Amino acid sequence: MSNKKNWPLWEIFVRSKNGLEHRHFGSLHAADADMALENARDVYTRRNEGVSIWVVESKHITASNPENNGELFEPAQDKVYRHPTFYDLPDEVKHM
Amino acid sequence: MKNENLYNYILGIADNSLILGQRMGELCGHGPTLETDIACTNISLDLFGQVRSYYQYAAKIAGDDRTEDDIAMLRKEREYKNVLLVEQPNTDFAYTIGRQFLFDVYHLAFLAELQKSNDLTLSAIANKCIKEVSYHERFSSDWVKRLGDGTEESNQKMQAAINDLWTYTDELFHQTEADKAMVAEGVGVDVTQLKEKYYKQVNELLKEANLEIPESKWFQKGGKEGIHTEHLGYLLSDLQYMQRTYPNMEW
Repeated sequence: MSNKKNWPLWEIFVRSKNGLEHRHFGSLHAADADMALENARDVYTRRNEGVSIWVVESKHITASNPENNGELFEPAQDKVYRHPTFYDLPDEVKHM
Repeated sequence: MKNENLYNYILGIADNSLILGQRMGELCGHGPTLETDIACTNISLDLFGQVRSYYQYAAKIAGDDRTEDDIAMLRKEREYKNVLLVEQPNTDFAYTIGRQFLFDVYHLAFLAELQKSNDLTLSAIANKCIKEVSYHERFSSDWVKRLGDGTEESNQKMQAAINDLWTYTDELFHQTEADKAMVAEGVGVDVTQLKEKYYKQVNELLKEANLEIPESKWFQKGGKEGIHTEHLGYLLSDLQYMQRTYPNMEW
């Protein structure tokens, strides 16, 4: 996709409800940030899915390298005590 | 019919949105990019949603066994009252955007006035539509600026579209008999009062978009009286195909 005729790719984050965090919804093409916002509005929120949109040009995202997955993530797999599963949460606490 | 002027007045408003909605809907699956395709189809669906409210009201005014679908789908070409502008074809994306822009600026100003109508149904419909139409106007204005102020080629195409569509703008401000009667009753919008502000806003945006304001003073008219360009017949044959082929079919 390095063809210069293509618009750059943007990652779209949508907050679906006040109080919730922005979540990654997908990606789309747009010539600039304003157009990315308008396109995101039409592509991802036309069925009333959102109250706020963030757009980030994909090239600005630094991603971890899948080749390093072993050293990055495997050491965490056998440390169940790092999960807060030994507490009782009151029902009133949602979205934990 | 007891209130024929009101009936005709509602159709005059609704037909603009129906025919423009059909034109935008033609781009479903054919837009220049996936994202603009969805944007144009969204506009189309907004407009179709709006016309349902108008035609339901018109059916109630008619007071016979006509339904909203009969009114929308089963009239003959000469019975449609839309302006010539909205029936113009999607020659290229610049025409699609130019047509939308030239109509949206009018549509938004019109609805702002219709909100003040002393007919409560019409003012409620206007109130509901105006947010959607504000977005349409923002979308089409942005694109006129992008294309006009883009590359040499996009500027030429946008200019060609504006030049060709300009001749259909004056008709937006013509009054029919139904218009005059409804203005007198405080129901309708006096469109002649919208003209000056319309051209001021359009001209300013064209300037900002690096486009020339067309100088031609010769304007086409007739749509509001049912005298249409050749394009409407083809559009209607698409629009009405299902109802004509399978009468009374339901989705």
